[in-house]
Amino acid sequence: MKMDAIKVENLTKKFGDNTAVDNISFTIAEKEIFGLLGPNGAGKTTTLSILATMLAPSSGEAYVNGFPVTKEQDSVRKSIGIVFQDQSLDEELTAYENMDFHGRLYRIQKDVREKRIKTLLELVELYDRKDSIVKTFSGGMRRRLEIARGLLHEPKVLFLDEPTLGLDPQTRNHLWEYIEKLNKEKGITIILTTHYMEEADKLCGRVAIIDKGKIIAMNSPEELKDEIGGDVITIKSPYNDKLYALIKDMAGIKHSETHDGKITISLPNAEERVMEIAGLATKNGLSISSLSISKPTLEDVFLHFTGRNIREQEANGGDNMRMFQRARMGGR
Amino acid sequence: MDIIYTIWLRSMKRFMRSKSRIIGSLGMPLFFLLALGFGLNSVVSIPGMSRGYIGFIIPGIVAMSILFTSMFSGIQIIWDKQFGFLKETLVAPVSRTEIMLGQTLGGASTALIQGLIILVISLFIGLRPESMTGFMIALGFMILTGIAFTAFGIAIASKMNDMHGFQLIMNFVIFPIFGLSGALFPINSLPPWVKTLTLFDPLTYGVEGIRYGLLGTTQINPWISFAALGGFTIAMIAFGSYLFKKVGV
Repeated sequence: MKMDAIKVENLTKKFGDNTAVDNISFTIAEKEIFGLLGPNGAGKTTTLSILATMLAPSSGEAYVNGFPVTKEQDSVRKSIGIVFQDQSLDEELTAYENMDFHGRLYRIQKDVREKRIKTLLELVELYDRKDSIVKTFSGGMRRRLEIARGLLHEPKVLFLDEPTLGLDPQTRNHLWEYIEKLNKEKGITIILTTHYMEEADKLCGRVAIIDKGKIIAMNSPEELKDEIGGDVITIKSPYNDKLYALIKDMAGIKHSETHDGKITISLPNAEERVMEIAGLATKNGLSISSLSISKPTLEDVFLHFTGRNIREQEANGGDNMRMFQRARMGGR
Repeated sequence: MDIIYTIWLRSMKRFMRSKSRIIGSLGMPLFFLLALGFGLNSVVSIPGMSRGYIGFIIPGIVAMSILFTSMFSGIQIIWDKQFGFLKETLVAPVSRTEIMLGQTLGGASTALIQGLIILVISLFIGLRPESMTGFMIALGFMILTGIAFTAFGIAIASKMNDMHGFQLIMNFVIFPIFGLSGALFPINSLPPWVKTLTLFDPLTYGVEGIRYGLLGTTQINPWISFAALGGFTIAMIAFGSYLFKKVGV
């Protein structure tokens, strides 16, 4: 029987009155790349922290590599590698020393440790910088080093919490390649959290969309996109509301929204229906300033399930929190 | 044991690498030694002390530099907490007690090195240790002092989330511990109620023990000093481990 890498059962975590994770359940098979997708503050990191035994759940249970996280913490910890959202390297030590420290903490024999450190540092292209102090590293190099470190004890499951947050697009692409390679070549199950739709779309075999502590949709990115019904048409018009009232009841439309002065509708075979929509608008004397057809993205999926745009929600909540945190950190 | 060694090794690497920190933390003890020692040497005479005031305060200054270095080392884990490195240690399959003991020994070792540097400098301004045995006794008390106060620092740091409270600790914990110990004055010459107060200060026993080792004179029986300081050390390790176990990240 194939064992589940991760099994989560009715997991709940409360902080006072605030329910960060609200009765979620899911399973992840071995060798999957699974994404927890959602805006900041949705409960992704809290879920990950519980799976990594860093936080105790309020109720429910989770199993990692078959071990319950509330009871067999050490076995869980040996099975996982984790790359935290915030950096967790010792900046005063060299890249090699950071790796070596980790290897010793996980009680890896000296000869094995040395060999693996070399292999992994080569994999993330940092071997030539192994004796440089981490303080001198760029954000991308640090991330790569952290991923290499997380793999040193050959975990069955690798947790990546916002692995590419704050990295430039080029480094991000590079990291994605590494992650895919690790999954394919080493057969490591990967669970990552992200609020970049593109990242989830590109990397993950399956995605759980999480919002306000609840899983609102879970499937492969392709099927999630199909679920919202074919293509997406976005229309801009000075008569937004009138136009929306007019076309929202047209035949074949799976879903419609007005949003930021834009109308988005989901429907199959959009190319064939565009003329019909344009004709309807002209007949009623409503001009259209722009109209575009696109294949749906996970962004549209999120909008479909929550009625909100993931970015706008961040600006309202998540980013403020983050800035607040930074201000606090900076003010020490 | 290997985990304790690993954490200790990290502390030592960081310490050896930060030359400015080594030199910086020598500043204050040296200033005290030179300013007070030479400044008051001719005006202060201590009964039963043939080496003058400067000879009297050398053990006190050694203890002081150990106190400051070890407390700072213990409190340093707040940085690890803030910069995230503590997570890396806490998520590893090792016990919190091992981590805490490793941190404690690391801090105590750096403190011991600082104390030894002061000792060596003191040799140039007139310190003449009585005997090898005496030196070993002093060393023993230095090690105990270092362990006790690093563990105390870790206990404090476990309860703090950032460095904001550091001034408070400095002014209301570290300085009083230093000031109330017999580092700068003979406790037998104090009014009885002040003397009672100094006897509640664990550093007093460290200072008197080091002084007994280096100079052969003391105002507290060395066995009593050893028992008091040893007891305090064990209590601090237990207290520090207990609080460190509760640290969340």
